[in-house]
Amino acid sequence: MNTKTVGIPQAMLYYYYHYLWKSFFERLGLEVKFSGETNKHILNAGISSAVDEACLPVKVFYGHVQELAEKVDFLFLPRVVSTEKKEYMCPKLLGLPDMIKASLAPQTVLIDVNINMRNKNSTMKNALGEVAEIIGVSHKKALAAWRWAEKKQEEYQSNLVLGNLPFGHENKNSAYQIALLGHGYNIFDNYINMNLIEKLQLMGADIKTKEMVSHELIEKHASSLPKKMFWTFGKQLLGSGLYYLNNPEIKGIIFLASFGCGPDSLVGELLERWAKRGGQKPFMIITIDEHTGEAGLVTRIEAFMDMIKRKVS
Amino acid sequence: MKVTFPHMGNLHIVAKALLEYLDVPVVVPPPISKRTLALGLSHSPEFACIPLKINMGNFVEAAELGADTIVMAGGVGPCRFGYYAQVEREILKDLGYNYQMIVVEPPDTHWSEVKEKIKLISQGKPWWQITGAIKFAWLKARAIDIVEQKVQKIRARELVKGNADTVYRQALENIDMARDKQGVLKARDKALANLDDIPIDKDKTVLKVAVIGEIYTILEPYVNQNIEMHLGRLGVEVSRSIYLSEWINDHLFMKIIPIRSTKDYIKMAPPYLGHFVGGHGQETVGSAVKYSRTGFDGAIQLAPLTCMPEIVAQSILPVVSKKENFPIMTIYFDEQTGEAGMLTRLEAFIDLLERRVDLKRSKDNEWIFGN
Ligand code: SF4
Ligand code: SF4
Repeated sequence: MNTKTVGIPQAMLYYYYHYLWKSFFERLGLEVKFSGETNKHILNAGISSAVDEACLPVKVFYGHVQELAEKVDFLFLPRVVSTEKKEYMCPKLLGLPDMIKASLAPQTVLIDVNINMRNKNSTMKNALGEVAEIIGVSHKKALAAWRWAEKKQEEYQSNLVLGNLPFGHENKNSAYQIALLGHGYNIFDNYINMNLIEKLQLMGADIKTKEMVSHELIEKHASSLPKKMFWTFGKQLLGSGLYYLNNPEIKGIIFLASFGCGPDSLVGELLERWAKRGGQKPFMIITIDEHTGEAGLVTRIEAFMDMIKRKVS
Repeated sequence: MKVTFPHMGNLHIVAKALLEYLDVPVVVPPPISKRTLALGLSHSPEFACIPLKINMGNFVEAAELGADTIVMAGGVGPCRFGYYAQVEREILKDLGYNYQMIVVEPPDTHWSEVKEKIKLISQGKPWWQITGAIKFAWLKARAIDIVEQKVQKIRARELVKGNADTVYRQALENIDMARDKQGVLKARDKALANLDDIPIDKDKTVLKVAVIGEIYTILEPYVNQNIEMHLGRLGVEVSRSIYLSEWINDHLFMKIIPIRSTKDYIKMAPPYLGHFVGGHGQETVGSAVKYSRTGFDGAIQLAPLTCMPEIVAQSILPVVSKKENFPIMTIYFDEQTGEAGMLTRLEAFIDLLERRVDLKRSKDNEWIFGN
């Protein structure tokens, strides 16, 4: 019997949950196929199939889906509405499966279940049941595989909280600790951010991300807000941002946003205001889209790092 | 306490009626102008959607007139609106304004909190007075929408362009001035009678176009460059997917009043969009389906640039358009949008709709358009 393959687009939530998903499907005996790192071809495919007004990560996602479709037995295209109580993903993530179906009509069996943990009593049970039916395994098996995968994910995340960078990036210790904040799919997609992490490291930065701040610390800082931040990633950014703002080891903060990103437009604004109010912490917002030029980016981060080095020494 | 609130179409008439009935001093922000926009732009995040930018302009201008308290709605996501007030508060703080902000969060989460906020705004007025205020404000909201729906019909058919708008402007003023129930009804009926008196071309076949999309853009003519008036003058009868009174009934009254509801659109959105996506994204898709099946010739989706729920809807509308055989155009608005550019697009769209209608009517001529 041939092993069936499940394709997972290497974009958007891949940067948060690839470990969880891969472990889950492999545990169920499927072969997992990622679409690979973003490249020019993938980006162009995305740009030409998504609406102009979409943000870069959505366009990139479209490209990755096209890279996989027809090469796999199943395409994993969940609608992730919410992963935590009383919180949400961005509206575009809520609509993503329908957008993909409307624009690309992939001719593969879709695993397009809804994942919604927003309400008090919500669980993964229904979603897992549906996944089980689609791929043809028992509910019980799916549930067990998920539990196992969740453990793997926890291990993975604890490793990040220890201060390790994911996706093969090496940590570089230096006197200039810089918090690089943004959505995982912007921070860790080296193609769309033009190797930002490596560039900053070569300029002497020791990169800290929101993934390195523990869940407890994020919750603690986010709970000081006058109103609950309802986007999970927004909460992580504000929580870790407040933590880093108050941490004297951190010499500066770079906020990497997608051009036209709804949540980033508000979250970035709040962080920038708080950084300025405190007065002491250098803060810079970098906005990227498919037109961002490398030269301009380098100039800006160089100036930023120079300023920090002058301040520190 | 001097209370203000953000503008959104005719909302100020309704909000003012409510607050004044409760003897709360009100400062209506000056009508949105270039100055409002400029003030808003200079104090808002560059990539915020345009409603936030205009809110900021409204608040600064209202402060100049002595307002010290802002009342606005909140939200629990996932669209940006739910966090607007939080960001606006921080910006106002940095600008040195001493505003108190009363954010009324949606009742479906905490009724007790809503009650508390109402008590706070009304400064402890008895419930009978609060109920009276709500009824009075509702009466105005409904009167405005009934008049406006008629205006949308007359505009397309009037012999002298502009007549209906003159009556409409007068009606808004009269409804705004009305001090009691009788006054509101009188203003409404007078406007309806005046509209009936406008000479029209009775036999004219007009195109029927629906304006759908994001609520603020639909309701605020300053942002949408008066799109409905322009469509009317191009001889098009317009229907909106949402009127202010419908929004009030859907969201604040829990649909107790039997008028059209945007919730119906949600039922019609699948299979195109099978889940809510925040804002009115799912309603936009559903309303396109509904209008396509109820005798309309086309729809125009309006949204602020970068509006997330509407980008989702826009990505899906081409399929709706194809499957329902229904032309749909999307127009995004931001501070750069100009009236002239929009008009050109409207004219081209109307042209297309007219050709389709002609084509349907004259089957004999089919060969002309065949390929
Ligand atoms: S959070 Fe921002 S970048 Fe991510 S999908 Fe939404 S708009 Fe795009
Ligand atoms: S619906 Fe659109 S325009 Fe309105 S707040 Fe949400 S994102 Fe902004």
